[in-house]
Amino acid sequence: MKELELKYVGHEAVRLDGLEKITGTAKYVDDIDLGPATLYVSILRSPYAHAIIKKIDTSKAEALDGVYAVVTGKDFPYRYGLYLKDNYVFPLDRVRYVGQHVAAVVAATQEIADEAVKLIEIEYEPLPVIQDPLVAIKEDAPLIHPDLGNYEVVPWLYPQPGTNIAHVRKIRKGNVEEAFKEADFILEDWYVVPHVVHAPIETHVSAALYTPDGRLTMWNSSQSPHTQRNIIARSFKMKHKDIRVIAPYVGGGFGGKAGVNMEVVAAACALKVPGHPVKIRYTRKEEFYDTSMRQELHAYIKMGVKKDGTIVALKHQLYWDVGASAEYGSNVVNATGFSAIGPYRIPNVWIDSFAIYTNRPPCGAYRGFGYSEFHFGLESHMDRVAKALGMDPVEFRKKNAIQEGDTVAYGVEMGPTGILKCIDEVAKAIEWGKPSEPPKEPHKVRAKGFAAVWKAPAMPANESSAAFIKFSEDGSINILVSGMELGQGFLTAMAKIAAEELSLPLEKIRVELPDTDRNPYEWQTVASHVTWSCGNAVRRAAIDAREQILDVISRAYYIEKSNLYLEDGKVKCYTKPDFEVPFESFVIDGVQMPDGTYRGGPILGRGSFMPEFTSAKVNPETGQGGHPNVHYTTGAGAVEIEIDTETGRIRVLRMAEAFDAGKAINPDIVKQQITGGFVQGLGTALWEEVKFAEDGRILNPNFTDYKIPTALDVPREMHPIIVEVPQPDGPFGARGIAEHTMIPVMPAVANAVENALGVRIKNPPVTAEKIIKALKEKTV
Amino acid sequence: MQKKEITFTLNGKKVWVEVKPYEKLLDVLRDKLGVKSPKYGCGRGECGACSVLLDGKAIRSCIVYAIEVDGHDVITVEGLQANGLTDLQKSFLAHNSFQCGFCAPGMIIQATELLNENPHPDEEEIREYIAGNLCRCTGYNPIVEAIMDVAKKK
Repeated sequence: MKELELKYVGHEAVRLDGLEKITGTAKYVDDIDLGPATLYVSILRSPYAHAIIKKIDTSKAEALDGVYAVVTGKDFPYRYGLYLKDNYVFPLDRVRYVGQHVAAVVAATQEIADEAVKLIEIEYEPLPVIQDPLVAIKEDAPLIHPDLGNYEVVPWLYPQPGTNIAHVRKIRKGNVEEAFKEADFILEDWYVVPHVVHAPIETHVSAALYTPDGRLTMWNSSQSPHTQRNIIARSFKMKHKDIRVIAPYVGGGFGGKAGVNMEVVAAACALKVPGHPVKIRYTRKEEFYDTSMRQELHAYIKMGVKKDGTIVALKHQLYWDVGASAEYGSNVVNATGFSAIGPYRIPNVWIDSFAIYTNRPPCGAYRGFGYSEFHFGLESHMDRVAKALGMDPVEFRKKNAIQEGDTVAYGVEMGPTGILKCIDEVAKAIEWGKPSEPPKEPHKVRAKGFAAVWKAPAMPANESSAAFIKFSEDGSINILVSGMELGQGFLTAMAKIAAEELSLPLEKIRVELPDTDRNPYEWQTVASHVTWSCGNAVRRAAIDAREQILDVISRAYYIEKSNLYLEDGKVKCYTKPDFEVPFESFVIDGVQMPDGTYRGGPILGRGSFMPEFTSAKVNPETGQGGHPNVHYTTGAGAVEIEIDTETGRIRVLRMAEAFDAGKAINPDIVKQQITGGFVQGLGTALWEEVKFAEDGRILNPNFTDYKIPTALDVPREMHPIIVEVPQPDGPFGARGIAEHTMIPVMPAVANAVENALGVRIKNPPVTAEKIIKALKEKTV
Repeated sequence: MQKKEITFTLNGKKVWVEVKPYEKLLDVLRDKLGVKSPKYGCGRGECGACSVLLDGKAIRSCIVYAIEVDGHDVITVEGLQANGLTDLQKSFLAHNSFQCGFCAPGMIIQATELLNENPHPDEEEIREYIAGNLCRCTGYNPIVEAIMDVAKKK
């Protein structure tokens, strides 16, 4: 790629949303007042994890003064889903998890709504509860979705009617059985990664107003305004133009606010009370029970290697507990099925990735999209195999690291990657090979652990982004996009991309938050792909605007277009040093000619982007023949930990992570993504796990019993490192890194624990309890 | 349930508001007085997003009954910046301290109390002081660094 002299991209900047956020003026959905006609909603939830709904009697609730509507499944007997339509707006004949919304009351006050909900009478017939995916997959297991065969599904997912399997993705590359015969060493084992929650500080909030003219307006805390409009329009059988989704700032998403979940409840309630806005703000407990969580994974890994450390074969079977719905999570299962070789060159591969229904809450997208979970086992395995061979784990990874031109599991060539540089940089920063300083207290031990990772955006082959750029009279611009600022710095990145192409200072740029009526299409802000995809759309819109600007000036001043260029908000000319036309003089008003007429008109840039090389059409038995992913981002991470062998407590003393961002549009914000994602990963490595009772209740649905990291838990020494091997089709070479940053943490911690104590923990979180138990077993 | 009119100082101005005995300060501030910077995150005093200064002390407004502040002084971020951004806010801005921004108002309140009580905290004191304010995005370091910068300059 040509070296460009960049003025904005790659330089530090204050975030575009900084001032709004530090003054408390940034608006989130719950900050929007909807006026005195607003009604209040209370939701009735299932006490059973699995039961037939025999009867619902709402008459007493409806009779209560102040109740406007009671909503149940019979009002909106619709299914919805992003990939597999297996989720119900409200359940019709059965509940599938504790906490599932069964009915809602809309009333004049919250007190009345809460009172009325208690008057709804439901007769349930309990069914056997399944919480273990390895039980649910058995042939005689009770069916959680007996109608699976009737559900609408995208053509690249394969539900298995008559079972609890919502999808299976298979990869068959080379011949693993033959390769295992030739291997010098084989290691096989199981790893289990539990359910965790996103825990954004802002819970899910959705407000909706249906007016008698047939319009539904929603204000959602959302990563996916257009996709929500699409899903709601299709499931409620409305026209897209009649639904407007406005998405103000999101107080943390992490995948949990992707697609649709509780927003359908708000839509259903609003449709029953035309003219009255309704707003639903989930409590923290509801956030645990009835949004989505990360899938639980039971992974079997068998790896065969040669004495020299060459990996010859990998069998990786992934049994995912997707909970009661796989409408979104089926794609987690699919994406990891394609990618569960990790960032390695492996000639013989066998992967089965199963989406298995259980009676746990629906699971779906969670930062990392399944890659954190499968990398835990794979990267634990890598360390164990390296040790068995007597090789250094870092050298073993480098020897097998995938390179440009190698084939990935589905047979396509790997693109440019900085994985070796990432591994080297992390090893250097963590001082790999240098023993840790001895701890001060004798009952403490220190060690380091390493992991390498990769991840591709998981998207339909035709995902797309679009952008408009509007000029104003003073030469400033508003960029209209529907990518979402989740905190990752999206607005600032889009502004810089436009600033670079238009040579316009950042102070003259605003980027607008999504409103499906006004802003052009964006598939979703997920998959760490908006910098790449929406960035390409913004870049094209800026180039389109620039061409319009140059056309006007060329026509008005009779100068060859090729002699004109933009600099600092002005049009200049290579051949006439004094020529200078500021944007504000013409971008709306046009250029006045000597005869008094004008040339030009409002400048309006338009850009859209869709990857045109991807295809989900593959052989279902082998996974070969298509091109399901756009690219992979690679990276590595390491930790140095200290373990208190008396209490089992682990402290992470320092960390290093490096990712190949292609080109960091906002380097400081990229580094903060790395450290922030690391800390989220740290929670899952050390403490986070949703605990279920036998009846399906959650035992820790709050921040007292479900701990997320605090300022005290963070390593005092952090090394976030950016590697830049350009992505040929990325804006200025950029590719995404946001999710990736939490992927190395769980295995790096487990590897460090083994290096410190000689015990291998195969089921994170690596709690103090597990450490003590493992130490006791070791000494027995 | 019987309502009661309470009066207190909110961001330097006296306010009168009718509240029910079980209403929380957070809800009264947000829904009745239109002060939106304190946020709901947990409703149990666990996350700190709703923090406000009550008589100069940072408290969790989601677990304080509104009637308890009758006659007292409440300050939110809206009040802190009445005469322009505080040094702390400027430092948070310069450090790009926040990502989604939802924890920011509570964090600013907590850090303001810290610097009022202890103008020169060291890093560990800062971490200890803000450990009850949860942030899921940043990993805390940009927040700690911004507070340290102000503490050094004071």
